[in-house]
Amino acid sequence: MNEISVLIGGKAGEGIRNAALLAARCLSRYGYEIFTYDDYPSLIRGGHNFSIVRASQKRIGASKRHVDIMVAFNMDTVKRHVWRLRDGMLIYDSDCKELGNYAESTQHRNIGIPFESIVKRVSGIPVMKNTAAIAALAKIVGIEWKVVEEVVRKFLKRGTEKNVEIAKISYDTAETAMSIEKLSEKPLPVASGNEAIALGAVCAGLDAYYAYPMTPSTSILHYLAANSEEFNIAVVHPENEIAVMLMALGSAYAGAKTMVASSGGGFALMVEGLSLAGQSETPITIVLCQRAGPSTGVPTYTMQSCLDFVLGAGHGDFQRFIVAPGDVDEAFYYTWLAMKIAWKLQIPSIVLSDKNLSEGMYSLHEEKCVIDDLEPKLWEGEREYRRYTITEDGVSPLAFPGGDAIVKVTSYEHDEYGITTEEADKVKAMQEKRWRKRTALIEELKRFKGYNDAGSGDTAIVTWGSTKGACREVAENLGLKYIQPIILEPFPDMKKAFEGVEKTICVELNVSGQLAKLLKCNGYEIDHTILKYDGRPFEVEELEERIAAIAR
Amino acid sequence: MDKLSTYAEITWCLGCGNFGILNAVKKVFSELDTKKLVIVTGIGCHGKMADYLNVNSFYAIHGRVPATATGIKLGNPELTVVGFAGDGDAYGEGLEHLIFAAKRNIDITMVVHNNRVYGLTTGQFTPTSPAGFRGKSTPRGSPEEPFNPLLLAFCAGATFIARCYSAKSKNFASVLREAINHRGFSFIDVLQPCYTFFNTYDFYNERVYELEDHNPTDREEAEKRIKEWNYDSDGKIPIGIFYRESKPTFDEVVLKGLNPSRREAKFDVKCFLDRMI
Repeated sequence: MNEISVLIGGKAGEGIRNAALLAARCLSRYGYEIFTYDDYPSLIRGGHNFSIVRASQKRIGASKRHVDIMVAFNMDTVKRHVWRLRDGMLIYDSDCKELGNYAESTQHRNIGIPFESIVKRVSGIPVMKNTAAIAALAKIVGIEWKVVEEVVRKFLKRGTEKNVEIAKISYDTAETAMSIEKLSEKPLPVASGNEAIALGAVCAGLDAYYAYPMTPSTSILHYLAANSEEFNIAVVHPENEIAVMLMALGSAYAGAKTMVASSGGGFALMVEGLSLAGQSETPITIVLCQRAGPSTGVPTYTMQSCLDFVLGAGHGDFQRFIVAPGDVDEAFYYTWLAMKIAWKLQIPSIVLSDKNLSEGMYSLHEEKCVIDDLEPKLWEGEREYRRYTITEDGVSPLAFPGGDAIVKVTSYEHDEYGITTEEADKVKAMQEKRWRKRTALIEELKRFKGYNDAGSGDTAIVTWGSTKGACREVAENLGLKYIQPIILEPFPDMKKAFEGVEKTICVELNVSGQLAKLLKCNGYEIDHTILKYDGRPFEVEELEERIAAIAR
Repeated sequence: MDKLSTYAEITWCLGCGNFGILNAVKKVFSELDTKKLVIVTGIGCHGKMADYLNVNSFYAIHGRVPATATGIKLGNPELTVVGFAGDGDAYGEGLEHLIFAAKRNIDITMVVHNNRVYGLTTGQFTPTSPAGFRGKSTPRGSPEEPFNPLLLAFCAGATFIARCYSAKSKNFASVLREAINHRGFSFIDVLQPCYTFFNTYDFYNERVYELEDHNPTDREEAEKRIKEWNYDSDGKIPIGIFYRESKPTFDEVVLKGLNPSRREAKFDVKCFLDRMI
């Protein structure tokens, strides 16, 4: 067995995501690469939630349309997803009469386990049904008890003993129906995009994090807040995103490396401060986790429709650095880079994620990102300090208040010292000084990978962000070339990757083809676009069909 | 040129109330360790303080002074942070930040240059203009009644509340000194005539009096005195310190001794990755 996909479904509040996570941890401990997709509406109780856990021998970043196993807590799950099952197996709560009746009437391989009774037997709380479900699933696919127990003990910190008890009863009730191969004794960490972003920032020296909750960025705030003491950083939740941005700029001025995050709506409020960062040359890193817009849109579903927005956000001309990681490895590394670049060049940097990456769980491979000479240029006490000293590369040495320098930063156009000016020659000189940072940035980025490319052939799939997962896999399956810009501003030189390419297909999750537009602006021909804008990421088979129809 | 001045040309109108404020501020600042001092200003005539004072400054954007000042204090809690904002700035564009700075009791000082008119945009009504104020945006008179910013700050939880009058520079200097020394959020509303667009000198000179025999730690008494003038009525206008109390500050509670700008970055990513296996 090369891989396995499991769908787990039920009502909101039943702990579907947690169940999926436990399943992912168990499979990861057998050496599999993991990708999980969580699908949930914007509500607290009721509705329909489901997660698809995919475990594979190869690197993955997308789920598949068809699943091998479906774990159903209610009939609604079966009704909605039975088409995905084909000849797969249904594991269901046999305490649910409706599911029991259904199971009797179908030809599927069905295994009923009384989740609810097991929980009641040890006086557990209803949400513990998911522990019973995952233990049964583990037994059925042939995962040893030791692994299940370790995972339950490690990840269920509340009611641990009761959960272990429930898991054990359920595990013993179920019977093994297949035997999953153990691939490795050295499992990889399984992290969400948002956890990887947070860790990348902390590795880059994050000192203070400011955020107002907004799906799908909120879990960065939760993760950093939960670990703030161990990270030894400040984590603050202010009154709104305007305050988030201004507080972050205030802290950066005081010498603390800061990051903020939101989704499109919150970023809209930050834009006023973004322009201030540009004018005052205050370093800042902004994470924008996209969701389906415009406006409130579809809050818990994914889309890649803020690229145009981040490229042009903010009044006036100023250089920015934008990265769009495609999986957790890139989320970790490029957030680290975004922080470093913001401070080295004294410009705003933006990490563009989306719900699929931010909340999806992936196996994490890389944690190396130490490059020594990417430090900010600091004032060394030579002559009188001028915050905006005109330099060749446009970057003035930094100093912070509290020391020997008088540090004056401002939203107005200013002279070198930081005093307001309206004189034509000084205005011109400062516009040019700031703009020279563009050249310096392009030079700086030469030693960093600005895009991914793989495969060969005359047809190329071009994509960005989390759509990487599905596109990589389809490119491999169909023997096509794969190109993915990771740095989106300044746009990387990808001419080499496009050599010999005769047909290009741009794949992205929005209705207007925003990457395609950016590619065209930068001189890359796009022959076809494949767009999806229903809030759901591509499943591998679906994308493969759409690409095959064009590539042929 | 004294140590606290810059080469910037002062462009306030002759007779502007800002001069009284600037002079008092210079006097108080000259007694402080200005290395550790940072001022934050918004946008409006008051904002030029950043250009005129030779101290660390963040000349921020309209309405956002309390948020910026909060960020500076949280970035390096050793700094003394004094924000200057206008009434359009602090009470209009960015009222939420003022309310939250008071609610949190962040250890900063906020001085609001309250001329009750937009000066730099040449004369419109502000949140504290009297009802019926004829400005360029309300030629037939402002349809709104003013609010009392002291009462707002009081209800929001400010731990130091004062009102001053720019023409009584000595009184302002002594209040400012106490405000800076106060640990927690200090709020001073400074009545400041705009000579060009809303000349209130005569009005204030007739009505302003200094609070005496007032116990600022008595909450009930403070509320009574704060309500004595509602920014619209014709009665006497008390100035001085209305209220003060001692409470833990936001920076103390949130940072617990951490100084983000000078923090020790001891972090082993491996340990966190292990938790994800």
